[in-house]
Amino acid sequence: METDTPLLKVEQVGIRFGGLKAVADVNMKLYSGELVGLIGPNGAGKTTLFNLLTGVYVPTDGRIFFKGENLRKQPPYKITKKGISRTFQNIRLFEELSVIDNVKVAYHSLAKHSILSSILRLPNHFSGEKEMEEKALEFLKLFNLDQYRDDKAKNLPYGQQRRLEIARALAANPELLLLDEPAAGMNPKETAQLMELIAFIREKFNLTVLLIEHDMSLVMGVCERIYVLDHGQLIAHGTPEEIRNHPKVIEAYLGEEVS
Amino acid sequence: MEIIQQLVNGISLGSIYALIALGYTMVYGIVKLINFAHGDVFMVGSFVGFYSITFLHLSFFPALILSMVACAVFGVLIERIAYKPLRNATRIAALITAIGVSLLIENGMIFFRGAQLEAYPNDILPTNKIDILGVTVESKSLLILGVSVALMIILQFVVHKTKIGKAMRAVSHDAEAAKLMGINVDNTISATFAIGSSLAGAAGVIFGTYYYKIEPLMGVIPGLKAFVAAVLGGIGIIPGAMVGGLLLGVIESLVSAAGGSLWRDGVAFIVLILILIFMPQGIFGKNKREKV
Amino acid sequence: MIKLKQTKGFWLSILFAFVLFTIVQVVISSAMINFYFVNMILTMGIYIILAVSLHLIIGITGQFSIGHAGFLAVGAYTSAVFTMKLGQPLLIGLIAGGLAAAMAGMLIGIPSLRLKGDYLAIATLGFGEIVRITFFNIDYIGGPSGMMVSQLTTWPWVFGCMLLTILVIRNFTNSTHGRACISVREDEIAADAMGINTTYYKVVAFLIGSFFAGVGGALWAHNFYIIQPSQFGFLKSFDILIFVVLGGLGSMSGAVIAAILLTLVSMLLTEYPETRMIIYSLILIFTMLYRPRGLLGTKEVTSLFTNRRNKKGGPKDGNRHTVA
Repeated sequence: METDTPLLKVEQVGIRFGGLKAVADVNMKLYSGELVGLIGPNGAGKTTLFNLLTGVYVPTDGRIFFKGENLRKQPPYKITKKGISRTFQNIRLFEELSVIDNVKVAYHSLAKHSILSSILRLPNHFSGEKEMEEKALEFLKLFNLDQYRDDKAKNLPYGQQRRLEIARALAANPELLLLDEPAAGMNPKETAQLMELIAFIREKFNLTVLLIEHDMSLVMGVCERIYVLDHGQLIAHGTPEEIRNHPKVIEAYLGEEVS
Repeated sequence: MEIIQQLVNGISLGSIYALIALGYTMVYGIVKLINFAHGDVFMVGSFVGFYSITFLHLSFFPALILSMVACAVFGVLIERIAYKPLRNATRIAALITAIGVSLLIENGMIFFRGAQLEAYPNDILPTNKIDILGVTVESKSLLILGVSVALMIILQFVVHKTKIGKAMRAVSHDAEAAKLMGINVDNTISATFAIGSSLAGAAGVIFGTYYYKIEPLMGVIPGLKAFVAAVLGGIGIIPGAMVGGLLLGVIESLVSAAGGSLWRDGVAFIVLILILIFMPQGIFGKNKREKV
Repeated sequence: MIKLKQTKGFWLSILFAFVLFTIVQVVISSAMINFYFVNMILTMGIYIILAVSLHLIIGITGQFSIGHAGFLAVGAYTSAVFTMKLGQPLLIGLIAGGLAAAMAGMLIGIPSLRLKGDYLAIATLGFGEIVRITFFNIDYIGGPSGMMVSQLTTWPWVFGCMLLTILVIRNFTNSTHGRACISVREDEIAADAMGINTTYYKVVAFLIGSFFAGVGGALWAHNFYIIQPSQFGFLKSFDILIFVVLGGLGSMSGAVIAAILLTLVSMLLTEYPETRMIIYSLILIFTMLYRPRGLLGTKEVTSLFTNRRNKKGGPKDGNRHTVA
């Protein structure tokens, strides 16, 4: 019996597509303030698990609890409002919107002005928009993105796009942040900066972070605990040290390298 | 017996829908494009058939084959000129282009020959009445049904037994992988358009023979309905298009028989919206998810 | 600073709108131009309303709807019933037409939530056809032969409705709600993940867009003496679609400019309808092949002026946004 309720509790969760089990029997607990890694070879089901946690897919088995509340059949936007926010493996920015507007979209659920007051341009439209503008700008400064504020998101350099996606995810005001391979396509220097950034935001926003990473060495450095997924199932769980020497993990990763 | 009579009419109409629907479904399966111009290929096929019969004095079968060949070429031309450059564009851009091509063919046809009706001669096929268990069936209907079924069987053979059919199935499954396996994707797509368009051409000649009257905008409504048939059967699935076409033809005939002949054209669209909402994958379709 | 500029631009636009209105009104009432041109101006205004309303659905929210003529028809018939059968004034007809079309928009919007891209397109096209066939079968409104409607549409009505449409849709677009719609257009999954209720905003876009299409339909009905179901087929939907596509998917000023230009073209070619359609279809094809984002892309005319102003310090004439 745990004394402390976990922030996120995943119980026996699984999903089948047709006859294929993409993810099965996953159990997980994340406590407030943790930085936890989720690793596994390609096609292990890591992103699918994220999609289950964020409501993009509805699990065929098991249950997911966030702050003790069952998330069953909640649509993604409601889950985001409850405090789970994410980034995507293949960056999904609003390309034609400016950098600052990308962040403002994430603030949308906090907007105080209604559609009618926007159409009629009532005073609270102006105050609401101004507040969003200020908050969004604050965020961009924090991420050193304010120099790009009016550029279209699609015109940002790749590394900055990744930063913007994280900024946007944070603007949605999450307690749990899910990062899907944030370092993909980055060089070692950019990766190091990114990891610093993650440590910084975690401190600043008092966040819990679940990080998917393909590259094992990277996760080993920053995460306190690591879950390992292979063929849709958790094959190991423990500290980086335990994971490093876990026979199943070695096998899974070796297996991948051979093929 | 009235019902059975209507059923026979429905099946004849449905087999025309099915032939057109096959082209929609094949093209959608391979390039994920709703080829709006497909109904107009059907119209062009009908006119080619008409001119072969009236000017070249061909009989039914040579006219059918000539029309199929002409439409195959026409379909490939459309694909090469209008659709190929857009293969990597958004689906909406491709759809708008398809609408543009459709309008161009219709109005080009009106521009060159006028909008007036043309009537197929009524002696192309023998019109004996055959009595089957108290139901009078025109021999023409049977022949048309036979031709449609034969074409569908040939299509099944082509898709499943020939090299080009295998290539088509491979490309529709995964174009990238097919390319890596040495399949010429461009040619396979063109072949798909050729086969689909030739079936539409055949449908055009059959339509003319059966309903006589043809005109430049004749392809619009049957084209849309054939698309409905393709969706009904599960888009991208060849047997689905056949079943969907026949089913739609029968539904329409039964609605007409029930006294709603003015509503006949609306039924297809009501079926469409119901199917899209409640069974978007169609009768034979598999549920697919968007990759995140 | 930015706020001040916008305000200035806004008042300039209002001024420009007022001047435009007065000039056209004077020209019409002094009988300087003949009936043909008056009719062209009214038609242009109605097409601008239709183009802007469809722009909200397709250009801003990214919901590819090709059944806009259905909303037009609902608005036209509803308003005609109110004015001709129930003896109400035109204003009531306009409001009723708009509301009826908005209800139809909800009807199509709600099921469309489960559909995307080309499936949605086909469903909306089917909806438009169902509307047409339904009117075709109702004897009360004349069935296939249609309804006679008195000519009540005048320049002040058209102008007022046009201005209202543009202002409402502009104000909606330039707010957090409009950004929510754009985020749906850009990437629905990401929008959802950012806490946007995508379903809600799609319905809202259909609701507002179809309301103004209905108002446009009401003006339409009272401009051409007769309405018939055959006028509202999908060719009419394509006519409106081409404004939005040519102008730039996502640009309101683009849609307005395209509506003006193409109304002129089609007026010049009234006698040669198939030539007009050939030109239209070639425009669609070549736009997609060479400028798939339309003439202006997602830019507005105002932003062209703003850029130039910033670079060269030119005159502040960013007022075309609202009116032209």
